[in-house]
This record gives sequence, structure tokens and C-alpha cells, in this order.
Amino acid sequence: MSLSLVVFYLLGAVCLGGAVGVVVSRNVVHSALLLLVSLMGVAGLYLLLLAEFLALVQVLIYGGAITIIVLFVIMLTRVQEFRAMKDNPQWPLAVVAALAMFVLLAAAMIKGAPSETTRQSVSFEELGSSLFTQWAVPFEVASLVLLVALIGAIVIAREGGEE
Amino acid sequence: MSLIHFQVLSAALFSIGVYGVLARRSAVMVLLALELMLNAVNVNLIAFAAYGEQVQATGQVIAIFVITVAAAEVGLAMAIILRLFRDRASVDVDEVDLMKW
Repeated sequence: MSLSLVVFYLLGAVCLGGAVGVVVSRNVVHSALLLLVSLMGVAGLYLLLLAEFLALVQVLIYGGAITIIVLFVIMLTRVQEFRAMKDNPQWPLAVVAALAMFVLLAAAMIKGAPSETTRQSVSFEELGSSLFTQWAVPFEVASLVLLVALIGAIVIAREGGEE
Repeated sequence: MSLIHFQVLSAALFSIGVYGVLARRSAVMVLLALELMLNAVNVNLIAFAAYGEQVQATGQVIAIFVITVAAAEVGLAMAIILRLFRDRASVDVDEVDLMKW
């Protein structure tokens, strides 16, 4: 077994373990922190896929921004209410649906798997020039999306409402 | 290590997210599970970009867009959850049935 495969299994265990923790944990703060663990595992996978920039973005956006926002909201709402909250009574159905989803996806992927085994790295220069030439218009639209989300979030969360 | 490893991992991550979205009742928990699903999609995209026949940045660029939209979504959803909590003193998604017919 090659070293990269060992690293892959380790990172995969971190990702999936964290993810299972997120969906089964009773405590919402534990869930949020386990999500961070899982997402950092995903950042490791990006490194394994030679996507250094994406790994960096993953750590910055998810580790630095999203987890903080989630923890902020958990602390602004009442924590004890979260703790008492039970799962949906139909959770066995959810297990069945998730398992069916996994079997379907995995079967389709294994059936149609291309046999590529060499990884290629995209250099920072290549990524940047692609982003600002070929993908310039979607890039600008993404900035608009962020602006609209920002304004929308302020309007929705503002104290008072209509005046 | 080949593409199929990453594909199956991302399928597993996505399915765990599906379970979380379906089974949890707290809106915050549903949102966390949604983040897992978005990340599974990103793993798939970047794996295909890395194992593609020729070198191209497309997969990584689209993954960047997915991360952008995920950030916008979390910001908005958290604002909605805060508002919901203030108006109804609850974050149970079963109780939000105002627009249900």
C-alpha cells in the first residue's frame, strides 16, 4: 500500500468520523466543532489532490468564517433548547434514504469509473488566469451574490422590522 | 489511490449529509448537514479536476464558486434563524409552517 493511500484512508476516516459525529451528536456546539474537524479533513484531501489553493480557501472560509458564524448563532439562540431537541421521529426512514443514496451513487461511480491514476496539479497562475479570463463574468456575478446575501442578512436580522 | 476512492468517499459524505438534513429538527443542525453535502460535491469536483485527461482549472474554479455560494447561504440562513428565534422562540423546523398549505 502506497503512502498516499495510507494518508487518504486517514483523512477519509477523519472526514467521515467527523461527519457522522455532526449528524448524531445531541449537543449542537459539539456538532459545529465536529463539522470543523470534518471540513479540515476535506482540506487535507484537497492537498492530496494537489489543489493547494482550494485547501487554503477551505481552511480560511470554513475554519475562519462559517464555523464562527454558526457558533455565534448558537450562542445568540438558547443552547439548552437545542439540547432537549429530539430528532425527527421518522429518522429510520432517513437512514434508509441515506443508505439508498449511498448505494446508488457508489454503484454508479464504480460502474462508470475511469481508470485514471495520475494526478495533475493546476498551478496558481493557471487558476488565476482562468478565473479572470474564461470565468470573469461568473466571478463578478459571485461577488454580486455575496453582496446581495450580505444586505439580505442585515435586513432580515435587523431589530425592529418595518418602520 | 485512484479517482474511485475519492468518488466513494464523497458519496459517503453526501449520504451522511442527506441523513442529517432529513433527520434533524433543529434548523442549525440541518444547515450543518447541508454544509457536509456541499463539501462532498466539492471533493468530487476537485477529484475530477485532478484526475482529468488534460490539465485544466475548470473543476477548481467551479469549486471556488460552490464555496462562495455556501458562504452566502450560511450568512443568510443564520440571519433567518436568528429572526425566527426572535419571533417564535424556537428553531424547530417542524414549527415553521407559515408558508405550508
